[in-house]
Amino acid sequence: MTRAGWIRTAIVLGAIAALELVTQAGLVSRHTIIPPTAMAAALWGLIASGEIVPDITKTVSNVAAAFVLSVAGGFVLGLLIHAAPRLRRALDPLLATYYAVPFFVFYPLLIVIFGMSDLPIIVIGFLFGVVAMIIATLNGLDRVPRVALKVARLSRMDPVSIALIIKFPAATPYLFTGIKLAVAYSFIGVIASEFILSGAGLGFAISYAYNNFDTPKMYALMLFILVSVTAVNMVLHTIEQRMLRRRGLAR
Amino acid sequence: MTERAPAWKRYGDSLALLAGLVLLWWLLSRWAGEEALTGPAETLARAQELLQSRRFHGHVTESLTALGYALLLAALGGLGLGTWLGVRRLAGQVAEPILVALYALPKITLYPVILLIFGLGLPAKVAFGAIHGIIPVTIFTLNAVRTIRPVYLKVARTLRLTPWQAFRTVWLPAALPEIVSGQRVGFALTLLGVLIGEMFASQRGVGFVLINAIGLNDVPTIMAAAFLLAVFAATVSAILLKIDRALHRRTIRA
Repeated sequence: MTRAGWIRTAIVLGAIAALELVTQAGLVSRHTIIPPTAMAAALWGLIASGEIVPDITKTVSNVAAAFVLSVAGGFVLGLLIHAAPRLRRALDPLLATYYAVPFFVFYPLLIVIFGMSDLPIIVIGFLFGVVAMIIATLNGLDRVPRVALKVARLSRMDPVSIALIIKFPAATPYLFTGIKLAVAYSFIGVIASEFILSGAGLGFAISYAYNNFDTPKMYALMLFILVSVTAVNMVLHTIEQRMLRRRGLAR
Repeated sequence: MTERAPAWKRYGDSLALLAGLVLLWWLLSRWAGEEALTGPAETLARAQELLQSRRFHGHVTESLTALGYALLLAALGGLGLGTWLGVRRLAGQVAEPILVALYALPKITLYPVILLIFGLGLPAKVAFGAIHGIIPVTIFTLNAVRTIRPVYLKVARTLRLTPWQAFRTVWLPAALPEIVSGQRVGFALTLLGVLIGEMFASQRGVGFVLINAIGLNDVPTIMAAAFLLAVFAATVSAILLKIDRALHRRTIRA
């Protein structure tokens, strides 16, 4: 590990230890925040008893569905928009201001359209993630080397194989940025919708625990989300670094 | 950069696209029924009604106050923190992955903690908006400061500029375009944070109007409030985007 990596680990561990000390010493009320060890114990209890397994399954599968849809949809839409420069110019201001609009206010309308199921939540996660992927795809396609496209033309490749054999690999580093954002936005979209509007899933379970003063359960679930989102991020970061190194682009 | 197209040509296509979206909205509302999805004309009428009612003014003022404080905290805090982390290379290397991890975290899960610390009311909303906005502003500022070309800094050293002179004439102009991009993302997320805060635990503000309308299934009000929010957010974002693009173009030409 690098020097920065060691310092980072030390800081995170130090912060956890400090929180543990402060809460154990009773400097902060147990109703406000509980010691990290108590959070971990509560989380272990919840998982061992199987109490939150259905919520976890629901949230994870919704996030996964939203993520796959936004990456696949964003890539295809990005390809199409890139092929039509005039449409792209017209779309540009809309894409740039897209994330300023809070989508989950459309949840009730989505329920009317899609029915009372997981679908509205997946759609919100998709709406959050897809535009990041479109923007990343456009960025990546802008940077495909001209000479590679010329070679493709000389070899008389058809559009589909150009997309798959030339454009996709050349744009991969930028696509990866989009994929990372799509993961983050799928998580945020799904959990925020569950938190405010739904009756199931991890987001709902946290809000329910909060409303019932079930502080240990609330913190246990927060810990779970924190750890799993961080873990997913670290895996993606590792894959990205490996890919960049192979291309000699590593920072 | 090639010659820019005339204004009518640049905006004409965007306007046509917007008109298409409104048409789609109208068709959807016809298909789903007026009680499921209010059409464009009715939404505009309800929005006008809201804008004229005194009660809605109170909610807007409340939301704008919270947004103002949260933006101040996020913009200045992120700027300061990002600059510091950008100048101190090691500190930046240590902090960046932590910041990126925090960015990806659904911060709404932390809202109960904010409420337990700040209690119900304005401070909780401000804090929640600020934690949404401060992270992207910090990340963008950090990268802006870190990627200043070393030759600029060498020139500043060679000319023996005082730290203040160097900051004003070298650091700030070099980092400004990226910083403005960060502020743009920060604005959108701060607004989102304040709204979520109001939706979840508040009796005032536009977020409360929305969640109340959702509870009553008052579709015209949902659509009108969402429409007004979208217009507001898009306008501010478009202004910042314009500044952003102008600054970036200037840098490329220079």
